[in-house]
Amino acid sequence: MIWQFDLIILVFLVITSLIALRVRDLMSAAMILGVYSFLMCLLWAEMGAVDVAFTEAAVGAGLSTVFLVATILRTTRRSSD
Amino acid sequence: MKTIGLLSVLFTGILLMIAVVDFPDWGDPHSPANSYLSTHYIEDVEEETAVPNMVTAVLADYRAFDTMLETSVVFVAGIAIFAILRSIDGTSLAGTTRRLQRRGRSKKEKRKGQGRNRRDEMVAAAEREAAKPDLIVQTTVRLLMPTIQLFALYVIAHGHHSPGGGFQGGVILAAGLILVAMSFGLENTLAQVPEKLSLQLGNLGVLIFAGTGVLCLLLGANFLDYHVLAAIYPATDEIMARSHSMLVVEIGVGFTVMSMLYLIYANLSSHGDLKKGL
Repeated sequence: MIWQFDLIILVFLVITSLIALRVRDLMSAAMILGVYSFLMCLLWAEMGAVDVAFTEAAVGAGLSTVFLVATILRTTRRSSD
Repeated sequence: MKTIGLLSVLFTGILLMIAVVDFPDWGDPHSPANSYLSTHYIEDVEEETAVPNMVTAVLADYRAFDTMLETSVVFVAGIAIFAILRSIDGTSLAGTTRRLQRRGRSKKEKRKGQGRNRRDEMVAAAEREAAKPDLIVQTTVRLLMPTIQLFALYVIAHGHHSPGGGFQGGVILAAGLILVAMSFGLENTLAQVPEKLSLQLGNLGVLIFAGTGVLCLLLGANFLDYHVLAAIYPATDEIMARSHSMLVVEIGVGFTVMSMLYLIYANLSSHGDLKKGL
């Protein structure tokens, strides 16, 4: 474990999650959530939980982003709140 | 309504906070997880199950009941999306989508008024242009697809020795199918892997997992207690029986996850009529 690396990833995690909450365009929010998942995957791999990191990369950064994008394209792109 | 929601959230939060007090402290050396369970898993897994990757052993053997219900959760999620979105006759859209579409259309009509036809024609032409199959994308996918599927099978089969397992492998298989659906069109993909087949595979996966457990019951052990299955496998002792059963169970998980995620994508991307994907 390298704590500097952990700290940088953690700061970026918080930033991406805040942006994903604030942004009005849902497509951007979906993309930023993908970035969030990828950072989470990095963090897990760095802490030694390779199995979890693998799952996060496949499910979080891969498929759930695809599902979100598909849903946004079929419904509406603008956030109403 | 908002106040009621806030109150219920607060109430549940306070209840959870009260329950947290009963948990062992963080890093408490006397908590059950730290006093004997983790050491048992770390030290004895390889002797007991002949599986070097202890994560797989814990997931598919010691906590197999947990994993079985997790697989069922994926299955139920797929069935739920199927039940909400799928329209068999192909005419009716799901309620929410239709409402959103109607609202969007009326706003657009109000705003644009005259000259809408030409704009609509241009949009339709652009959509036709975008819907044309792209040679570069299709060729790349055609080259990439066998590699993706082979890697997914490797992840499932090699989960005993390296990171991976049925869930990850199934997700990668589903991602490959979705890639094909995006580049070659949903209808072409559904002609190769029909909806009925994927539903059957999803059922089969849960059935394999639960069936392994029931088989253990029939042979006189506990549910999902694999060591008795040595009687069925040819020439294996009880330790290897556990290892092999984990592979069987992982294959079941892979079936369910692959077919259900693929079906979820098919329904989400086509309003549930499975006609025209993204």
